[in-house]
Parts: sequence; structure tokens; C-alpha cells
Amino acid sequence: MSLAEKYPQEIEKVLAKYPPEHKRSAVMALLFMAQREEGYINKQDKVDIAKILDMTTTEISAIVGFYSLYHDKKAGQYRIQVCTDIGCALRGADQYLADLCEKLDVKPGETTDDGLVTIEEVKCLAACDKAPMFQVQSNNGIKYHEQMTVDTTLELIEALRKDAKEAK
Amino acid sequence: MKYMLLRHRDVPNINQIDIYQKNGGFDALKKAIKMKTDDVTNEVKEAGLRGRGGAGFPAGVKWSFMDNNNWPHYVVANADESEPGTFKDREIMESNPFQFLEGIAICSYAVGANAAYIYLRGEFWEVAHFLDEKIEEMEKAGFLGDKIQGTDYSLKIYTHLGAGAYICGEETAMLESMEGKRGQPRVRPPFPPSQGLYNKPTVVNNVETLTSVPYIINNGAKEYRKFGTDKSPGTKIFSLSGNVNKPGNYELPLGTTFRELIFEHGGGIPNGNTIKAIMPAGASSSMVVANDEALDTPMDYESVPNVGGDLGSASVIVVDDSISLDWLINKTVSFFEHESCGKCTPCREGAYWMKQLTSRIHNGEGTQDDVELLKSVATQIRGTTLCALGEFSTMAVVSSIERFPEDFEAKV
Amino acid sequence: MTKEVTLTIDGKEVTVSAGSLVVDAAKKAGIDIPTFCYHPKMEPVGMCRMCLVEIGRPAIDRATGEAVMEDGEPKINWGWKLETSCTNPVSEGMVVKTATEKAKQGQNGMLEFLLTSHPLDCPVCDKGGECLLQDLTLAHGPDKSRFIFDEKHHAQKHVPLGDAIWLDRERCIQCGLCVRFQSEIAGEPVLDFDFRGRKTEIVTTSEPGFDSVFSGNTTDICPVGALTTKQFRFGARPWELDATASICAECPVGCNTVLNTRREAKSGGKIVVKRVMPRQNEQVNETWICDKGRFADLNADNRLLEPSPAEWTDAIGAAAEKLSAAKGDAVYLVDGSLANEELYNIKSLADEVGAKALCYSEVGGGELTTKVGMKGDMGKMGAESAILVAGVDLYTAAPIWWLRVKQAADRGATLIVATQEANRLDAFATVIRYKAGGAVKALDSKEIKEAFSKAENTVIFYGNEGMDLKASQKLAKACADMLPKKEGLIGVWADANTQGAWEMGFEPVEDLAKVLKGKTVYVAGQDALVAAAVEVADIIVAQTAQATEASEKASVTLASRIVAEMDGTFTSAERRVQRFFPAVPPRGDALPGYVITAQVAEKMGVTLDMEAEDLFSAFSDLSYADLAEVNAEESLSIAGTCYENKQGLGAQLPVAVPTN
Ligand SMILES: Cc1cc2nc3c(=O)[nH]c(=O)nc-3n(C[C@H](O)[C@H](O)[C@H](O)COP(=O)(O)O)c2cc1C
Ligand code: SF4
Ligand code: FES
Repeated sequence: MSLAEKYPQEIEKVLAKYPPEHKRSAVMALLFMAQREEGYINKQDKVDIAKILDMTTTEISAIVGFYSLYHDKKAGQYRIQVCTDIGCALRGADQYLADLCEKLDVKPGETTDDGLVTIEEVKCLAACDKAPMFQVQSNNGIKYHEQMTVDTTLELIEALRKDAKEAK
Repeated sequence: MKYMLLRHRDVPNINQIDIYQKNGGFDALKKAIKMKTDDVTNEVKEAGLRGRGGAGFPAGVKWSFMDNNNWPHYVVANADESEPGTFKDREIMESNPFQFLEGIAICSYAVGANAAYIYLRGEFWEVAHFLDEKIEEMEKAGFLGDKIQGTDYSLKIYTHLGAGAYICGEETAMLESMEGKRGQPRVRPPFPPSQGLYNKPTVVNNVETLTSVPYIINNGAKEYRKFGTDKSPGTKIFSLSGNVNKPGNYELPLGTTFRELIFEHGGGIPNGNTIKAIMPAGASSSMVVANDEALDTPMDYESVPNVGGDLGSASVIVVDDSISLDWLINKTVSFFEHESCGKCTPCREGAYWMKQLTSRIHNGEGTQDDVELLKSVATQIRGTTLCALGEFSTMAVVSSIERFPEDFEAKV
Repeated sequence: MTKEVTLTIDGKEVTVSAGSLVVDAAKKAGIDIPTFCYHPKMEPVGMCRMCLVEIGRPAIDRATGEAVMEDGEPKINWGWKLETSCTNPVSEGMVVKTATEKAKQGQNGMLEFLLTSHPLDCPVCDKGGECLLQDLTLAHGPDKSRFIFDEKHHAQKHVPLGDAIWLDRERCIQCGLCVRFQSEIAGEPVLDFDFRGRKTEIVTTSEPGFDSVFSGNTTDICPVGALTTKQFRFGARPWELDATASICAECPVGCNTVLNTRREAKSGGKIVVKRVMPRQNEQVNETWICDKGRFADLNADNRLLEPSPAEWTDAIGAAAEKLSAAKGDAVYLVDGSLANEELYNIKSLADEVGAKALCYSEVGGGELTTKVGMKGDMGKMGAESAILVAGVDLYTAAPIWWLRVKQAADRGATLIVATQEANRLDAFATVIRYKAGGAVKALDSKEIKEAFSKAENTVIFYGNEGMDLKASQKLAKACADMLPKKEGLIGVWADANTQGAWEMGFEPVEDLAKVLKGKTVYVAGQDALVAAAVEVADIIVAQTAQATEASEKASVTLASRIVAEMDGTFTSAERRVQRFFPAVPPRGDALPGYVITAQVAEKMGVTLDMEAEDLFSAFSDLSYADLAEVNAEESLSIAGTCYENKQGLGAQLPVAVPTN
């Protein structure tokens, strides 16, 4: 099913935010929509969005490539994106990330064997006072988790695993 | 001190519309829409409110630059908050959202905009959805939408999510991004008040700037000027982070000293360490030597440059003596290398080059020549880039090498 | 008159029109500021930062509005930063310094930055010798790299972007010219940047890739060897090439070109055309050409190398004999592929013997276009103009007109497309769609009337989409009737010089078979025409450049030269007469068509000129000297900044020249 068929009302609502002659402004919201199902934007999504917005697929790709929250490859169901930027790093984020990776037996950028979580290193998330922290990007959007330890993180991952099972 | 911006710390649950209203919420908007638009702008001008997004440009003056021969007008609230070390706008939006939205409405009324957008960094996904709810509540209560409070003035506020790009905090890149393009800065001039969103006159203001507006309208410029200094009036939220006992947001009058922020409010340096350097404007800062002179410097737009820094968005990162700056500038440079939009040559190539050099030096593989080269490359970037990001990427580098040479000598 | 502004650049006083950019003002003063991302035909973006200079502006007293004086001179304010000369407009009293230590440091710094990620593969790069980066590096670059080669960013080297264009990602300097050309000028945004920062690279993910009839132009404006054409890649080094001015023979636009030629072993020691490049002519093709013209095969092997009968004297004699025998009953038939000089001799001969001179074209209305002509300059049309495109898809028929019309629409011209099928111009126009046979009726529309009554300037392009000759003549008539002031009527012919034939007085043929049946025919033109004649005529004298099945069936074949091999002129459908020059030696024994005709005529007792130049003066009231001078070498350097061209414009025929 094309994006336009899947979310007709939602697309309409997004388009209504912008003057009709500037519907291209809706591209970012539509890309997030496309990413909802599989966690990444596939070729067909780009074609669909291009059609809705009178753009070329190349222009869509150019936008996907520019922003770091759009992905065009499959990863884990949950992307745990740990901030290791200055603020967090000064409060031990690098060590936290290393410890977490060791527990999960992955390197940053890799996905756990069960395909549940991908651990990623990201730049400042505007939560420098609450390090270590990360956000989880998934089909439910993006959620912050602050003042985390490796233990609380592992608990969270367990909870996510349960959620995922129940959803199936 | 009474809070002007972080009012939720005084009034719990002020993010609920009835509680906000009970505590004087929307009085400023009701007052403003009965005023002449120019009078609203003038009040803000007289209050001397300066942009809180970093550049410190007087907000009222900016509003008065709107080209009245070109319509429609737009207002865009800059909620991209991506400068490492800055986390104040998020707190405002999560905890005191109505004051922010009220500020947008007053600004929009003053410049004759019937549509305003809030550009949030994509990571603020939940904040955006929360704001959407608050906007709806305001519409239901008649403070937004058609014919606000029975006047002829109508306004819609929309949220717009970015998707992970620091550069989109730069106002023209933000506008490009809003137009559905790659978020890369435009040549300025023209500035947004003459050609902004969709090439129409546009005010771009930071969240904190706009959140300051209701207080000014309610209480008048004179009352506002009772806080802060003559040239930097009002209060400001200082985001304090790094090697400090109590990191967090502190709303204080502009002109408060670093010492008071770091040692009184922030509880000093942990682990018995000594303060070494201050980055007063996040990753874009010069590395200020944290001596007594610096610590006693008032944090306002005029004074911070005296100790070799800038106030910027007042994201104060504290660095103690356990940190070697070769590591720290490798962090800042990595940030800018990751975030360089790639549009202009010196930033795109220079940041990459600096990253190679700082990594080499930090890994102990560099020579003194590499340190010199690093400084030379950084200097070569300065004053040549299309937007300030490229400039920012050199600040910590040059100042650290100049002011803390021993940290580098030890590494080569 | 636009306002003029006077400023000082490197001590020289320059006066230019207000709104000019500093970089252009400098050029006018003979000072070259290095640039990469600037192109005079696109919005300046100031992104490569190569053109940094010092700019000072006179201090103005806020109170009085007067310039502040200091020691009897206006006080100049200098900022601490260098500024880009490609984005800053000039202002009165501005002082610009392009060559100070500070400016040079800025410029050389940018070069050094670019070179940190540019491969050093000049020896195998197609752009070598005409690469802006190479030129500037030679002139100003550092002799030693401060960047460690191992830390260079590496990227893919041989990436086909489509059928015609290849990309070397490592060489790309991210100037964005190709991306901007495709979106701003060609209106086909199928190239863009992917990723950001140092990872930024050119991509296309459209289907089917970089598919645009203008794609070749991106390889001209690419300042480095990142974009190359499949046709020319590794074909030759630019400095080994000779350059000759020519006119594209692929369609009636008349694009000005340069033929780059070289003698090579691969082609059996022959001198061949290695590539076709655009030559600037602001009134015709600006600095662009389409891929039809660029990739036309000018070295095709199916050439007729000698006449038949085999010796020229025999062939000429045989032709003269057959034509003399038929006298006024013979038919002289041409198409629009011939040069004016060739057409003129054939027409003169036909007139002498009292025979019919016909030109085959499926688009009619030539008698009207010669009268109405084209007054305006399409490159300047904007809001005051209305343009109608009726019964033709310009994108396929005459791509450069598509481009010019689209640009006029971008500048505010009202554009109306009335066609049977959807086409790529629709996106920029008010569209009127008609069914087969409905073209003329479709013109009776409110939109057109309204647009035309408001416009000061009206131009109509028409063709024969889904029409026979008669129907297209009717369409032409209907179009001409809509142009009371005779602003511009352009027939979109299939051939480059069909207009020339109409100007000369050739008549259109409605039913070819009927006219030729049982006749003696002197046919001159392309294979298709020869083939059509061979089908029905009795005796065929065929003057053609191609050896085909049809030419073999002719009674006499006369081997003629192609445009690249001779002197001559074409008249574009806008009625601009333009000259081309011989770029390569003729193949075999082929002769220019006008020489062949003159020799045949001589045998028939008719004297005709054999020199192209004399012929031209005979039919045009003009001389070759009146056609603007062209210098192929000079006009090739269009990669950097380019300006109003002073050469090669050609001459536009006066409106309503008496025919015959
Ligand atoms: C690279 C760069 C990043 C920026 N990021 C932000 C940001 O995250 N938030 C913000 O409010 N302003 C940011 N700015 C400043 C804006 O360009 C602009 O000056 C500001 O939004 C104007 O609002 P103000 O006058 O209220 O401060 C940034 C500027 C640059 C050059
Ligand atoms: S391919 Fe050429 S024209 Fe395109 S951006 Fe790269 S260097 Fe510029
Ligand atoms: S910035 Fe001026 S030519 Fe590129």
C-alpha cells in the first residue's frame, strides 16, 4: 500500500499546516511517517512522497541523506541513541556507553543478535545535566531516558523486549 | 528571586491551562491585542530584550525591521536547541509551555503574522506532540485561532519537527529546512525580516526570547529593566553542565557572575578537583581560563568578551583540572565535523582536517608541528565561512592551544 | 536606463549598472576574481568561498545621510572579514581589493582546502587542461601539501549517472553548479547532494537516473573532472583539440557550437570530431546545447564517398543530361538539411529551367513565418510577454526552445501550451488539451485571448502534432491571425534550415508521390527524402551525403559534404542567419552541394557561383562580413564567468522580406 493510501487523513493534516503552494514543507513529516513501519525509509516510500509533493525522488533522497534521524537501512526495532557529546562525556557518558556495549556484546552502530536494539552514538541531545542519557527511536517516535545507569538501561531493554513480544 | 521564565518552579502544574490562567496567564496577550501593533514592538524594544539564541540581537528592533510592503508575514520560533551544553528551551516548553505560546502570539500580533511555526529539533518529538495539545487547548479557550478574544486578529501556531541537524538552528538553514529542503544556510543579506520563510518577511526568535515577552507586556519595559544590566536587561536561563556538582538550568539576572552560578548555585566542582576552564557558550565557546578575573566576570553580552569568550546562549560548561583539553577539543571538533552542512568549502574541508589533526594529537600520534598546523588550519577557516558554524568550530581549538599550551605539549 | 554605480577595484575606477555583483564589475575592469560556484546565469549562492576579497564601503553620517570625510577623502569602513564578491552587489563609492595579502590568503586558503580532498589524478583526468581547479592551483596553489594524503576522503570513481554522464565522486568539489543547473535552469531536479559535511556527494535516485536532454551541459559547467560525458571520457586531451565554430544541424533552433577535432590513429589517421561544445550566443542558446546536438554522430561511417557514375565529370554529365532532357518538367526537391548556399543554387537552377522547386516538410506555414518572423529576443522575455506553444512538444523537437520558453515563464511570461499529448512543458504553463483534429478550435480559448490581449509581446511556436501538412498549415494560419502586431511566429520544423528554404521561395509539397510520379527529379537532402523519391519518380539525380539502399537506386548519385566539412549558413526558424565553417576534411570525394549544383548547371548552360561567400551575398543582401565574427577558441571558455557575448550572434533577417 502506498503511503497516501495508508495514512490519508494524517497526510492531509500535515499538508494543512503549510500554504498549498508550499506543500513541499511537509516532506519532513511525511518521511517520519514513512519510517514508522519498518524503522527506515525504503525506495517506494521515496517515490510515494515525491509524488505527493511534486518533487523528484532524487530530491527526497537528498533530504533523507542530510538529516541524521532518517535512515535508509534496516536496524534494530529500537535504536538506543546514546549522547557522548561534551556535556555528557564530562559526566562519564563514554564509560557508560562502553560498559553498556560490553553487556550487550555489540559495538556502537551494531544491533543485538535478536534484532531488538541497535546501539548508536549521537551528538548532544539537550540533556547535558542528566547524563548519562539516551533517546530511543522506534516506531513510537522518540523518547528520552535520562540519568541512566547500565542496570536501569538493561531493565528498560527487557521491558522493550516484552513489549515487542506482546505486539507480535 | 522570583522566576520570570521558569515559573513552573514557583507554580506547580503551570503547564495546565487553567492553572496558567489563574496565575495571570494570557493577560499579556489580552492586553497586547488591544494595543497598536507598533506600541507592542516599542515596548519590547524599550525593554532592551536581547535574543537568547546566541547572537543577542535586540528582539524589538528585529520586529521593527519587518518589510511592510511584502505580505504575508511569518513568525518562526527557534526551538532547535542543539548547541552542546544548552538545554533550557526544552525545560520551558515542557514545563511552562503556555508562556512560550503566549509570547509567540504577542510577537505574531506585533508583526502582523497570521501563521507562526515552532521549529523543534527532531529529537524533541514528545515536546512537539505535547505542544500540539497545548495549542489545541489554547484554540479552544479562544487565545489562538480565528478572531482571538473577539478581535479581528487570527493566528494559527504549528509545530514543525526537524530531523537531526544542528545547522538547522541557524535561522536561514532553519527556513530552508522548513521549506522542505536540505537545511543549509542562505547567503545573508537578505535577512529573514525582509525575506524569510517562503521569501516572505519573517521574525525568527529563540524560545527563551519569546517566553520573555509576556512579562514585558504585563509589567512594562521599566519593570523588566529592573533585572540585569543596562545593556543586557532581564533574566536569562543559564544551562550549567560539565564538572559541577549541581548541573541544571538556573534563571538569574544577566550580569550574575560565573562564580555565583558555578559555586553558589551549581555547588562547586566535584571530587575535590579545581576549576580549570569555562565554556560559556557551549561547544561554540572559546576556552576561558577560569581564573579569579573570569570567575568574577558578570555574565552579560558585554562583559564575557573581556575574558576572551562570548555569552552566546549561556550554556556554561565547566571543565576541571582532571580534563586535558586535547581530548576536549577533539570532542568539539568531532561535533562540528559531524554537523557541518557541507555547503561551504572552509567549514566542510576544514572541520574534517581539524578532526584528523585533533584525533592524531589526542591519540598521541601527533607532533608539535601538528599542533601548529591545527592552529593554522583553524585560523584559515576564520572569517571565511558562509555561516557562523564554521567559525564556531575554531573557537575552542585556537583558544585552547593558545591558553593551555601545556595540555598539548604533554601529548606530542 | 538603469542607474549606474561607480566603485574602485584594485585602484581602477569602474562604472557598472546598479545591482551588478562585485565579481562582474571586476571582470568588466579586466580583473579576474577566481570563482567556482558562481555562474552568471544562476542565483549566486556564495558557497565555495573562492571569490573572497576585501570590500570597503563609504561611511555615512546617520544624521545627515552624507558621506563622512577624512583628510579630504571619503572615509571607508572595512569589516574584519573578507567577503564573497559573487554575492555582494556593488554600491556607490565602494572600494574593493582583490589582490592584497589578506585577500590572497583567503583565496589560497580555499584552494588548499579544496585540494585536501581532491585526488591528484590530473594525468588521467578528462578535464586536465581545462580544469578551473588545476588552473588556479597552477597559478596560486601551494607547492607542498600540508594535508597527509592517507587521511584523504576517498569516494567512488566511475559512477554512471545515466546513459550519457559519468561521475567521479572524488573529484567533485561540491560547488553545486550541476545540481543548480538541473533545478534552476533545466527545471529537472534529478541531481542533488546526498549526505552532508565532508560526506556530501552528488546522487540521482530518480528513474531512470540522470535523464535530461540537457544533461551534457553539466559537464561543461563542472569546474573539475567530476562530470564527464560517456562519449568523450578518455577520448582525448583538451589541448590536443582544434576548435571550429559551427551551427548545430539537429533542429531549427540553430544553436551555436564549437566542433573539437583531432587527427587520430583510432580513426584510421583521419581528422574526426571528438566532441561538440556549446558556443555562447545569448540570443539563441546562451551557453547551452541539448544532448541531441552534443551527441550527434558527426563521424558516421555510412558516407557516400564518391559519385556514381564513379568519376565526377561522368556523374555531373549524366545528371545534366537527364535534367536537361526533362527541362521545365523536372522537379527540384530539397529538405531543410541543406545550407542556404546549397538551396540557393538549386533554386536558381530550377528557376532558370522553369521547373518546380519544392521543399519537403511535414510542418506547413512557411509562407507565413517568413512574413511574420520573430521580432523579440526570447532571452529577455518576461512578464510583458505571452507565449503560446501549439501542437508541438518542444522538449523533444527543439529542446533549447523548451528551455528558453520555460525561462521566460520563470521570469513571469504567461505561457500557454495547447497540445494533444501531455508534455514536460505543462508543469510551467496553462494547459489546453485537445483531441485529434481539434488544434485550431482549441486556440479559440479564453485563456489565450486574455493573455494575448494583455501582453505587449506575443510569440507562438507551432508544429504538427497529429496533423498532416494541410492541417498544420491551417494551424499556422490560425496562429498568424492571432498576431496582429506580428511579434513572432515560429514553425518548429524538423530540419535545421527549413526556414532557409521558405525564405528562398521553395514551395511545400502536399502529396509527394503525386508530384514526383513519373518525373525526372533532382533530389537533395537526407536519406529519407531520397528514399521517398526513389519510390515513385522515374529518373533520380540524388545529391546526398549518405550511402544507403535508396541512394544506390538513384540513376545518378552526387556525393555531398556534411556541415562539418564546408562553409555555409543556416537560417534558424527564428530567421537568424548564422555561419558555420569547415572543421574536418571532406570524406572521400564529396563536394559541397552548391559546387555540385553549379557544375551540373554549367553543363546545362546555366552559370552559378561556386564560392559560398559570393552565393551568400547574392541571395541575402548581406555578406559574410556582416555576420558577426566568431572565434571558436575564445568562445569556448565558458566555465567561469561569462558575459554578454560580443561575437557570433549572426544576423536576423529583417521582417517580411519579399519572397522570390
Ligand atoms: C550554527 C548555528 C546554530 C544555531 N543554533 C541555534 C539554536 O539551536 N537555537 C536558537 O535559538 N538559535 C540558534 N542559532 C541562532 C539563530 O541563527 C538566530 O540568531 C536566533 O534563532 C535568533 O533568535 P534570537 O534573536 O531570539 O536569539 C544558531 C546559529 C548558528 C550560526
Ligand atoms: S559534480 Fe562538478 S558541478 Fe557538480 S558539485 Fe561536483 S564539482 Fe560541482
Ligand atoms: S563563493 Fe563566490 S564564487 Fe563561490
